[in-house]
Amino acid sequence: MKRWTKYIGTRLFYMALTLFIITSATFFLMNALPGTPYNNQDRLTQVQLDMLNKKYGFDQPLMQRYVNYLGNVLHGDFGVSLQFSDQPVATLLGQRIGPSIQLGLQAVAFGTVIGVFLGVIAAMHQNRALDVFCSLFAITGRSVPNFVVAVLLQFIFAVTLKWLPIGLWDEGFRSTILPTLALSISPMAESCRFIRTEMVEVLSSDYIELARAKGMSEIRIAFTHGLRNGLIPLITVLGPMTVSLMTGSLVVENIFAIPGIGEQFTKSILSNDYYTIMAVTILFSALLVSVIFLTDILYQIIDPRVRIEGAK
Amino acid sequence: MRDIEQKRALIPDSAFRPWEPDRQEAEPELPRALSFLEDSWRKLRKNKAAVVTMILLVIITALAFLAPVLSPFDPNEQHLAWKNLPPKWPGVNMNGLNGTSTFRGRLVDNYALAKVPEGQYFLFGTDEFGRDLLSRCLWGTRISLTIAFIAALLDLTIGIFYGLFSAMKGGRCDTIMQRILEILSGIPSLVLVVLMLLVFEPGITSIILAMVISSWIPMARVVRAEGLKLKSMEYVLSARALGASELKIALSHILPNISGIVIVRAMFSIPTAIFFETFLSFLGVGMKIPNASIGTLLNGGYKVFKLYPYQMFIPAIILCVIMLSFNLFADGLRDVFDPKMKE
Repeated sequence: MKRWTKYIGTRLFYMALTLFIITSATFFLMNALPGTPYNNQDRLTQVQLDMLNKKYGFDQPLMQRYVNYLGNVLHGDFGVSLQFSDQPVATLLGQRIGPSIQLGLQAVAFGTVIGVFLGVIAAMHQNRALDVFCSLFAITGRSVPNFVVAVLLQFIFAVTLKWLPIGLWDEGFRSTILPTLALSISPMAESCRFIRTEMVEVLSSDYIELARAKGMSEIRIAFTHGLRNGLIPLITVLGPMTVSLMTGSLVVENIFAIPGIGEQFTKSILSNDYYTIMAVTILFSALLVSVIFLTDILYQIIDPRVRIEGAK
Repeated sequence: MRDIEQKRALIPDSAFRPWEPDRQEAEPELPRALSFLEDSWRKLRKNKAAVVTMILLVIITALAFLAPVLSPFDPNEQHLAWKNLPPKWPGVNMNGLNGTSTFRGRLVDNYALAKVPEGQYFLFGTDEFGRDLLSRCLWGTRISLTIAFIAALLDLTIGIFYGLFSAMKGGRCDTIMQRILEILSGIPSLVLVVLMLLVFEPGITSIILAMVISSWIPMARVVRAEGLKLKSMEYVLSARALGASELKIALSHILPNISGIVIVRAMFSIPTAIFFETFLSFLGVGMKIPNASIGTLLNGGYKVFKLYPYQMFIPAIILCVIMLSFNLFADGLRDVFDPKMKE
């Protein structure tokens, strides 16, 4: 027990340190940005600029603003958006996080289920036609960037066939289908490849041989006996999956005009909206760091063979 | 015994000669030991996908780097009268490749409408400014590949340096260096890249720098892990006993033995770099217009893809082929150099 407390304590400390470094780095990078965050900056006179800078506190010394910002962030105050009529960034992102989370979850759920299924099928038919097909599918899914997939889906199902809406978020589930599909390609490919490798190993083990000797059908063996052990290591893919979903959301949300975090991030980048950029950066990093942390913890709980690093 | 005598009778006496102890028996010729490269090549050849993609990659790279010679037009040369012409191939009469397109349900010969002289073909069509898409694709692939190659080379170098140093030093230094890596790896690379691009002026150099900053970390980790493993091997110990310096051990005893894994890693980092470049340019923070890269071509094509789908599909297909080839080839290399590696 003591071992666990120490381990989790160290990990949490490093997580906090990582986030602190990211926050600081983003802050100073943002302040090194060329240009100002104001619209029509070319037409503003120096007096107007000074007034605006004063209003947003940009006239204070850098270090003081840094300390202020850190303090505010700790209180959950991420500043005001410079782009959307002075809305607090936290509120702005709060309104937009819903679609992103929904899409992310749907994509992970759909992608992993299909991916795992394909992976098991591939492992059952190792080195035969079905396996080659599944592997090709997996490698294509890994190679083709998700924005290309998104655009293709949009072209086929929305523009040409007109089955589904081209974009926006106003038709309930129907408008989530295409973006979910586009985002799910990479979790699908990832889990398919991963499960295949795991299952090939599992399926050649003794207890599977026993099940076979009992006369169980191959499908039942694979899905009830084999998958149980093959699924555990899938947890380790969670980290990379989150990263690819975040990356994907940036561009997929843009293509389908979905009011989510990713779309907001791109907008704020293109309009120098400092506070929003920083808030999204911190949000993404926090998400990634906690997913990695959770993955490690979960893995150790589920699989006792994995030892805590440094423990005796 | 009788058996032997019977056989003896079958062999004529002339076949026997007295044994001469001095005579050197010719050694049966042993096959020459294969060198590292030969052995790898022999294994790689068995993987059909890897060989095919390797040839494809060589062709694509050659085409891209010969762009100045091959491209029929200057990639930025505008012919405003000839804008948005669909692809037209000499001698091919298939809709989509013969310079016609459907406009309000009717087939229109765009080349005739734009008064393009006979014998003038745009194999990939032209874009909204009448620039030849074939030339732009060639130049664009060239830029994208250049960025990817340099980025991969740089993060290879940094990763090897950092990883080897960390592994060879060991102790406190190693711990600190690993902690730094741990912290850095918590930063989503995409966010980092975007931030770097915001601060620096977008362009080839800043894209490369931005990508290198985020992608050397896994390389450093792999190199360190392998280095630690090899460091405790007996041949390293004997080299040390013979007085080899740490630097020499690292460079000439450890590095060659991890080169396989490093090569595989580097091959995987090339498609990642290409992905980032196209991704950033697609979002509009990467390469700046009018420079052609696959990303900017996709971006331009996407804006008009409802009207002129070929402007997006051609770069998209090129991108997919390149990405797929690199991944398949890297997979093949991995099977050769590092069959145990599982990702």
